[in-house]
Amino acid sequence: MTLARIVTKSLRQHALSTVVTAFGIALATGLLMAVWAVKTQANQTFTGVSGGFDAVLGARSAKLQLVLNAIFHLEESPGNLGQADFEEIRKNPAVALALPIAVGDNYRGYRLVGTTTNLFTEVEPQPQRKGQKFVFTSGRAFNAGYAEAVLGSFAANRLGLKLGDKFHPYHGLLFDEKQQHAETYVVTGILAPSNTPADRVIWIPLEGVQNMQGHAAHTANEISAVLVKLRSPIVGKQLETLYNKQGNRLTFAWPIAQTIAQIFDKIAWFDRVLELVAWLVAAVATASILASLYNSMNERRREIAILRALGAHRSTIFGAVVIESAAIAAIGAFAGFLVYGAIAIGAAAIIRAQVGVVLDPWAWNLVFLWAPAGIIASGAAAGIVPALKAYRTDVAENLVPHS
Amino acid sequence: MPLLEITDLRKTFIAPDGASHTVVDMPAFALGEHEELALSGESGSGKTTFLHLIAGILRPDAGRVTLAGREMSALREHERDQLRATHIGYIFQTFNLLQGYTCLENVLLGMKFGRGVDHALAITLLKRVGLSDKLDHSPRQLSTGQQQRVAVARALANRPQLVLADEPTGNLDQANAREAIALIRETCRETGAALLLVSHAPDVLAQFEQVRDLSQLNRAAA
Repeated sequence: MTLARIVTKSLRQHALSTVVTAFGIALATGLLMAVWAVKTQANQTFTGVSGGFDAVLGARSAKLQLVLNAIFHLEESPGNLGQADFEEIRKNPAVALALPIAVGDNYRGYRLVGTTTNLFTEVEPQPQRKGQKFVFTSGRAFNAGYAEAVLGSFAANRLGLKLGDKFHPYHGLLFDEKQQHAETYVVTGILAPSNTPADRVIWIPLEGVQNMQGHAAHTANEISAVLVKLRSPIVGKQLETLYNKQGNRLTFAWPIAQTIAQIFDKIAWFDRVLELVAWLVAAVATASILASLYNSMNERRREIAILRALGAHRSTIFGAVVIESAAIAAIGAFAGFLVYGAIAIGAAAIIRAQVGVVLDPWAWNLVFLWAPAGIIASGAAAGIVPALKAYRTDVAENLVPHS
Repeated sequence: MPLLEITDLRKTFIAPDGASHTVVDMPAFALGEHEELALSGESGSGKTTFLHLIAGILRPDAGRVTLAGREMSALREHERDQLRATHIGYIFQTFNLLQGYTCLENVLLGMKFGRGVDHALAITLLKRVGLSDKLDHSPRQLSTGQQQRVAVARALANRPQLVLADEPTGNLDQANAREAIALIRETCRETGAALLLVSHAPDVLAQFEQVRDLSQLNRAAA
């Protein structure tokens, strides 16, 4: 018969309030961990997404818009570049690879991006996997000039398209049934998941977008942006000065990670609101332990008096109540991992569907340590007030039953 | 030297209206080792307060309670708790068993704060009081008489030198009361514990060789 056993007995005797209070703690812990872990991992993952490039060259615009459009395949294109602009940067000795892209069409909401076959032969989409180029799970690359398409894994899966399937593109970046183009494209290849926004794209030859029926004739030689891989990161500064400061027609978005980090600066206030909400939920849940235990002390006065009459010290009773409070918090904190799993898996699925970036909900994060530890410590602290009430219980007065 | 010695013991309570009521005012009292004594007293004669003072549950306003050579009032609270747990077995009128615990756990709990948990002894004691088949029963699953037996086993769990019994048959019918008193006396004799019992029931008092009237010892009850 140990103190732990006494605490366990008490938790069982007050099972309903234990479960309800622990559930509140679980929500708070799960929410706190999810807000923190998703935020830090999204930050790391998004700023790590470069599509295998160092910079983006596009029409004069905000760097962030350019990167979102060309790398994340979100946002509208800020405008077009001429063939001469593309040739100029392609021939720059500091540039290892210049890949033109053209956007403007979709198929059922999934963006068609026109490019060259260099995408499949020279680009390493994941910077952390050196030497790993795009892999085809089936089929092959499109042939330049043909109405052929290669689908990213996520787009193929969601659209249910297979090798040999045919489809008509739709005009614009948003799906509108009335905007169907006459051209018919055939699926020649499906890519393996790269865990990058490229997974959500339907890749077609550059000429396909440029010459799509219904597009303005004067844009036939234009492109939306150029994805640039530099021979050395040092030259990025020179090109940035060349395009952004000396020129006034184009924008050179470099480095990509620093540009994308602006998103998190812009939504920092939202992070703080979410964190504040999570902390408030944690505070309310902890306070509920205090209220629940404090109220139960009235009905437990006799039990406490009996334990004291049997020889239990006041400090033992005080300790038992604090341990019970911490135990409720601990049960809740551990159950919080289930809540965290549900929130994080849901958030990861939404982010993957919307942006194509894959988060790992189970990647190690220090919050998995400090959040439960903090909640348990707060739970123990919340037990101090009811423990003081138990500590002060008058033994003689409470040994007789109260009606 | 007696096991229990009391000198000039005094306890006064302040009523809500501010008036003070002296409940115990006892110049002298003693109980020897292995002795068996019943104190008679009507309701309100200070019986429970007297036993609480002996057990160190209440602190006297004046006087001394010396148990096994240690003066209770000179001890700090946790030392009194320890002395109570190791030297005194207390049988309450309402038994005061913990409802969330089994019979065995109630006895083990009595040991936890005393000389330490001894499973074998706890089972032996419950067998001795005739509850060998009720070890895992909750008190509310037992009859009143059986609950009283658990209380007796728990009181003896720490091999106390003194057993205090406060109206131990107050909730029992006559037959069960007679049986309970016999059990308490027998088990105290077997374990060598002195027994101090307070009761107002003539049937109970009639079973003791030594009976003293509390009102003659306690000037406040006179």
